[in-house]
Amino acid sequence: MESLITSCCIIRDNKVMLNDRLIYYQENISKFADFAKSVYKQANISYPKFYKMDSVSKLGFLATELVLQERTIAGYLPEKVGVVFANASSSLDTDMAHQETIKDRSGYFPSPSVFVYTLPNIVIGEVCIRHQIKGENAFLISESADAKMICNYVNELFDNDRVDACICGWVEVLGGQFFSLAMLVEKPEHYIPTDGIIKFLPKIFNVEHVNLFLKPN
Amino acid sequence: MEELIEKLKKEVIAQLNLEDISPEDINPDSPLFGEGLGLDSIDALELIVLLEKNYGIKIEDPKDGKKIFFSIRSMAEYITENKK
Repeated sequence: MESLITSCCIIRDNKVMLNDRLIYYQENISKFADFAKSVYKQANISYPKFYKMDSVSKLGFLATELVLQERTIAGYLPEKVGVVFANASSSLDTDMAHQETIKDRSGYFPSPSVFVYTLPNIVIGEVCIRHQIKGENAFLISESADAKMICNYVNELFDNDRVDACICGWVEVLGGQFFSLAMLVEKPEHYIPTDGIIKFLPKIFNVEHVNLFLKPN
Repeated sequence: MEELIEKLKKEVIAQLNLEDISPEDINPDSPLFGEGLGLDSIDALELIVLLEKNYGIKIEDPKDGKKIFFSIRSMAEYITENKK
């Protein structure tokens, strides 16, 4: 049976869309860090580690945080929740920031806190630490946002009974441009509206629906 | 010494991205790690970089770190004793 997208957050074009609702918009953005900080504050998140994260981790963290504000994963075993993200530029944004700290031999002060983020899958670690997730995880790289790749990978996890729920999507930041899609995917039998109110009509987790979310508005 | 302590507080906040903390929140005698500011091992490395970059002080023996980075005051005392 096909799984369902039960909560979904899209962050791009200065906007944050959560389950088809516009929840944040900032007209002028000078730096991604400032935009991320504004979203963090607006969402009433309290997690000081956020400020230490690199841009990819901040973006993936925020999108996941919002997704899980609408749908809890508390009922799942930590080992049965997976996280699968993908992007095109890996950790290049942070790699370049690190390179800035080491390019000048006379001022050679590599920053340990920048260096630890020079891997793309660190964002998954941040999400797992925050939500005590211990299931399967993977960070995939492809030239462009690839719904088929994400769907195939996540569906394999469901088909092989490795996960009962999976947070997945796209987290891309490079040179001030950013785009994130985070989805919570659950088996239909686990989908019960927690408070009897349907805030978001679940969508079947397939290439067609994921492509709709990935497509620029 | 008090002037250096206030300067160090600001530098530590900036270096470690402690955006929710202001200099007034930091007791110069409170432990920086564990119960104090709750810093972690990466923060410890950043403090080592801070000493080298801002004060030209290189910590040769890592075992000294525990004593030097116990608090803002212990850092200030170490800087005063070792600044080049």
